[in-house]
Amino acid sequence: MTKSFAPGMKIQSFPLMISEKLKSYKFWFVFTPYFWLVLFFFIPLALIFKISISIAEWGMPPYKDLFEFTENGFQINATLNNYIFVFSDFYYFKSYLNSLSLAFTSTLICLVIGFPIAFYVAKSSERVRNIMLIFLIIPFWTSFLLRVYAWKVLLQGNGLINSLLIKFGIIDNPLPLLHNHYAVILGVVYTYLPFMILPLYGYLVKFDLNLIDAAYDLGAKPIKAFFKVILPLSLPGIVAGSMLVFIPVVGEFVIPEMLGGSDRLYFGKMIWEEFFQNRDWPIASALAMSGILFLVVPILIFQKQYEKYNLK
Amino acid sequence: MSSNEDFLIIDNISKRFDDVVALDKVSVKIKRSELFSLLGSSGCGKSTLLRIIAGFEKPDEGRIILDGQDITDLPPYLRPLNIMFQNYALFPHLNVYKNIEFGLKEEKLEKNLIEERINEALTLLELSALQKRKINEISGGQQQRVALARCLVKKPKLLLLDEPLAALDKKLRIQTQFELVNLQFKLGITFIIVTHDQEEAMSLSDRMAVMQQGNILQIGTPVEVYETPGNEYIANFIGTANIFEVNENQDSKLYSSTLNAFINSAKAIPTNKFLLRPEKIEISKFKEGEEKTQINKCIGTVKEIAYLGSYTKYLIKTDKATFYVFQQNKFFTENLNIKWDDKVICSWNENSIFPIND
Amino acid sequence: MIKNLNFLKIGLLSFGFMFLYFPIFTLVFYSFNDSERVMVWTSFSFRWYSELFHNEQILEAFYTSLKVAFLSASFATLIGVMVGYSLARIKYIPFRIFFIFIGTSPLVMPEIILGLSFLLFFITTNNLIGFPSSKGFLTVLISHITFSIAFVGVIIQARLSSFDKNIEEAAQDLGAMPNKVFWKITAPVILPSIVSGWLLSFTLSLDDLVVASFTNGPGANTLPIVVFSKVRLGLSPEVNALSAIVLLVVMSAALIFYFANKKSNIQK
Repeated sequence: MTKSFAPGMKIQSFPLMISEKLKSYKFWFVFTPYFWLVLFFFIPLALIFKISISIAEWGMPPYKDLFEFTENGFQINATLNNYIFVFSDFYYFKSYLNSLSLAFTSTLICLVIGFPIAFYVAKSSERVRNIMLIFLIIPFWTSFLLRVYAWKVLLQGNGLINSLLIKFGIIDNPLPLLHNHYAVILGVVYTYLPFMILPLYGYLVKFDLNLIDAAYDLGAKPIKAFFKVILPLSLPGIVAGSMLVFIPVVGEFVIPEMLGGSDRLYFGKMIWEEFFQNRDWPIASALAMSGILFLVVPILIFQKQYEKYNLK
Repeated sequence: MSSNEDFLIIDNISKRFDDVVALDKVSVKIKRSELFSLLGSSGCGKSTLLRIIAGFEKPDEGRIILDGQDITDLPPYLRPLNIMFQNYALFPHLNVYKNIEFGLKEEKLEKNLIEERINEALTLLELSALQKRKINEISGGQQQRVALARCLVKKPKLLLLDEPLAALDKKLRIQTQFELVNLQFKLGITFIIVTHDQEEAMSLSDRMAVMQQGNILQIGTPVEVYETPGNEYIANFIGTANIFEVNENQDSKLYSSTLNAFINSAKAIPTNKFLLRPEKIEISKFKEGEEKTQINKCIGTVKEIAYLGSYTKYLIKTDKATFYVFQQNKFFTENLNIKWDDKVICSWNENSIFPIND
Repeated sequence: MIKNLNFLKIGLLSFGFMFLYFPIFTLVFYSFNDSERVMVWTSFSFRWYSELFHNEQILEAFYTSLKVAFLSASFATLIGVMVGYSLARIKYIPFRIFFIFIGTSPLVMPEIILGLSFLLFFITTNNLIGFPSSKGFLTVLISHITFSIAFVGVIIQARLSSFDKNIEEAAQDLGAMPNKVFWKITAPVILPSIVSGWLLSFTLSLDDLVVASFTNGPGANTLPIVVFSKVRLGLSPEVNALSAIVLLVVMSAALIFYFANKKSNIQK
């Protein structure tokens, strides 16, 4: 920040510098976000941390104050028990694994379905592209809640799919299409597909995809061209889209709630239950914290790739 | 065309980016109304120097003095100079007229005066018909003229141009070259042009500075730089160079072993290396019976011929040397009758030899 | 070979688009079903649309959602532009990595963790300074603004990165001070991105369920919350009607946008 003081430059008085600073828009552009985000984003997160190391107690709030003055003097009521409990009980770990596997599977499926779509849209002429983008964005703007609900309508015991199958005599009894984790995967993929396609498209469209045709021209077989040229080229876009799907899905709550069954507990639901039903805020916070912890690595990958993505 | 007055003084400018030294104590004095070029390949620091003059980078050391005023610490918007960027940097959301008008609005001049100046520029650069157009609706050459007009209406003391001809195709380049020189002469504004194209620098400049790795190697007129280059790098960078070594033999005569010829030079050759430009060598078919060893003559074989219409390039090979000869096609080529693998005699004048420093 | 690929391409794209639209169209279809039991078709009627328009709960929630979304989008865009600009243009930001973290991680943080953190925050501030006295409109608004900022920031930063920096330098060179450069040159050029950012924030807020559930209070139910309570356990014909209307609005908006764009392109 300190530029070299060129000889001859007057050293301005301190208050003058401050008032100069305040007039500069650059100052406000940095200060305002800092103010808001530290206050309303960072401190809340820090709070989760604080509560995650607090001791549970009856009452409101249902945990002991971190700093307390008792007859014995100043006391810090911090504990790692919450974390120990969360990590040791397989129950919690299983829910986290369930969410991880859900996130992983759905990200993969989104990639398999989404990549060709993003690729071909990016390759098309501008007119065609714009039309296709509009059609891609319409579901995106439509409420995700309603779209997940739509699957409920389709998959229910007496839902559309079952009704049609019975009508055409393919089956006699309705299939239990809903309330299992396949329905959840379907719902997740359906909801998050635009999150995969749009960033991927945004990245691919910066390239001259006729490079691929050049590869063909040079004799490369399509599959080889794909793995050797297309895939490496699209990597930052793929990572961007994948992170935008993977990370939020780990904490996904609504879709398992609407489409899932009681056979599987997901991480998001776990936190919800601990907080609202068991009223055990410290445990819920510890869960949330450990969730963030495990997501830090993907988040860092995302931020690193984000720089790369923007560099092109 | 230019006065003798030092108009822009670049005094010991140094600039470092992390570990890389972009400019190392660079000093240049540019005269009023001069058309001056900074020439060099990428990474030599010419663009950095331009940006420092314009005010977008602060030098680590050194001063810039323009028309007597020390502008080193001034921000770009207070400097009485303007820059035309390589990619023109026109404002995409404004039309041609508004682009040109932008700089004048900042000066808070009277409306009439502003209009006058803009119309002046539009006429001068033949943009009057395009003034209402959007930037993306005009051609590259027209965009450049808008960028130029935008600067000229501010009546700057100094105009900086960053690779002005680089984006143009060959025909347009030649045309623009002439236009730029005429414009500069008409307006009398001091121009500094940054370029990597030595032909461009040579054809446009009153004087030029050849730069390499943050240093200025030589400052001079195009003739000076071409005919009397400061070192081997410059000789090779500008035009085509043939560089030979000589040694003194026992009779104190200069002899080049690679050419197998005696050298008689009008100037002393302290470093035992000299430059002989290809156009200064004459070439004719070898006839049997000619003396083999003569002064300022050698025998070689034609290895390559490139016919370029007005002149022909020959690549000549002796036992140990390869060099170029450019011959103007004064007569119909058939008369010359030199073909591949022909044995030829090359000769040159003693004044054409220029001693080269390392 | 190429013919095969074309076939594949068309097939894949059609499959993709069908997959996206089929469920929604199903809802629209059933929204015209007169029967109370959604899946049993009786007759065609607009009954549920009229029921929808008379449902106080839904209407109130809708207005609340609109207000929150509008305000949230506006503030989030304001701050988001600052974030995007700072990251793309300002060389020195104190604790830059921290700034990037708080500026972009809301983008990928699971909503449930966000919601939890907001709730805890508001309860704590309530304990400490008595404000906000109860959860409601304000708390939902603040939380929506907070997570939307990152989205706008990302869009603006991306736009500025692909923006020719020389243009801003040229403006300075022509005599404009940095403040003026921003307002007269930078802002107008990135205006479309600012509008996209606003629209995105608006949609995110309108659509948000999880965070609103944590931060809402009595009298401040948003539309998603109401809808969720209705569909959590079963199907709801009013919601079908609502879906059809939403789809209609979105499609119209998209078409308007498309044709407006086309027109301005033709003018060029």
